[in-house]
Amino acid sequence: MKYVALVYYQEQIINAMSDQAWHDLNQECIAGVERLTTNGNYLAGQALQPIETATTVRVRDGETLISDGPFAETKEQLAGFYLLEAHDLNEALQLASRIPPARLGSIEVRPVRELPPKTDTGASL
Amino acid sequence: MSAETLCIDSLYRDHSRRVQATLIRLLGDFELAEEAMQDAFVAAVQQWPTSGEPDNPTAWLIRTGYHCGIDQIRQRSTARRRAHLLLPADEALEIDDAAIEDDALRLLFTCCHPSLSMEARIALTLREMCGLATEQVASALLMKPTTLAQRIVRAKRKIRDARIPYAVPAQEELPERLPDVLQVVYLVFNEGYSRSSGASVVDISLTREALRLGEELARLLPRGEVFGLMALMRLSDARRDARQDSTGELVTLDAQDRRLWHQEDISTGITWLEQALALSPTGYYTLQASIAAVHAQANNAEQTDWGRIVRLYDALCRRFPSPILALNRAVAIAMNGAPATGLQLLDDISHHPQLSRYHLFHAAKADLLRRLGKREAARGAYQQALLLTTLGPEKRFLLRRLTELEQLT
Repeated sequence: MKYVALVYYQEQIINAMSDQAWHDLNQECIAGVERLTTNGNYLAGQALQPIETATTVRVRDGETLISDGPFAETKEQLAGFYLLEAHDLNEALQLASRIPPARLGSIEVRPVRELPPKTDTGASL
Repeated sequence: MSAETLCIDSLYRDHSRRVQATLIRLLGDFELAEEAMQDAFVAAVQQWPTSGEPDNPTAWLIRTGYHCGIDQIRQRSTARRRAHLLLPADEALEIDDAAIEDDALRLLFTCCHPSLSMEARIALTLREMCGLATEQVASALLMKPTTLAQRIVRAKRKIRDARIPYAVPAQEELPERLPDVLQVVYLVFNEGYSRSSGASVVDISLTREALRLGEELARLLPRGEVFGLMALMRLSDARRDARQDSTGELVTLDAQDRRLWHQEDISTGITWLEQALALSPTGYYTLQASIAAVHAQANNAEQTDWGRIVRLYDALCRRFPSPILALNRAVAIAMNGAPATGLQLLDDISHHPQLSRYHLFHAAKADLLRRLGKREAARGAYQQALLLTTLGPEKRFLLRRLTELEQLT
């Protein structure tokens, strides 16, 4: 079963970190990914640039609306994600609890929804 | 006719929960297991009068339910998704009693999984573990049946889609996971014991369900903390008839008529506590039960061993720091002959948001102020407590104290 672990934290906290602390956190994440990979739990993942770089796209009545910033202004911002392979939710939660930023912010764990197989006719909306 | 109905009822009562718990494991789906269980009972009612009751009725019902469930899967268009379950229906199904026992625990740990909301955990536990009907659970929790049904459906969907495992945690995970289960059982007990809103203070049925759950858990998982919770619930429940007077008014512990305490519940509680204390480490519920035992063994509030209660609260606050425990500790210190110290301790923690909105914090403070002769301040604190409570008897109790205070001036 595949789970996505979405990493959230307050960017303020990260910005206030010393260079050394930031460096250590990154190294810890790299080591964590190596461990997950060795154990066969790591499928994919990326760290994200800060939210100032985010752009939100919506399409309403055929019109594309583009706005600066993340979809919702929240206290914690999405900082990255992991795509994990885990036997069940307990294992996924246990893996997520070892993601270093879990100590600073929060990790949302969600099962991946498999899309149904593509149909031959092709959907016409 | 009525004898027959009775027979089906008792059959259902005796076997349905275990059959359901095992079918969930075998079929991998709560809803399917419930339908399959119903089918199995229908088959039993049709067949047993002529074929006679089988030697092991539970195993018969599980096997029959399993085959019904497999048939269901075959008939459904969603069969593809459960292809891994399509075992040959006549394959000999291993059913041993130990596995069935474990299924009750699996079900309980799944219903109490921390990834479900607390409301969902309580609803699921009452529905699946206690075998109550949706309408019964709804009325016990003062909810609309449709709202409750929705909550249960959502929880079951999450169990299935997020793949919450149907498993008893491994030995090394148990210390971390057991508190989740104990908390749900204790919340069910408290929901019955003291309503957060409503007309009456005691609802017998939820406390009874919690005690039954606790007993089953103690049998399946004989851990110190499980015994400690049983002790705490028994010792609290022993006071049920003294908590309200004949007119439904709330009576505080120090003013309760201790002749109304149920001695048989107290001695059962003490026995549970002794069993809990024999096993280390001494946990949260065991310490709370130890405090309840000191009260239970005292003839009145004055003769209570408050020194021992203070020491027990010291231990609780050290290991499980919380503002509510700090409040109780301060009150115990006040009762132990130091009301001024108790009041000072209450002032020290009064800034905590959890306490400033808690009516019992202000009531405790008012009580100490009253005893120290500070009437004006006491009046203010009682009024603050009144603003914060919604429970009828508690409101009237505070009003009574306020009136007494006026009469003194």
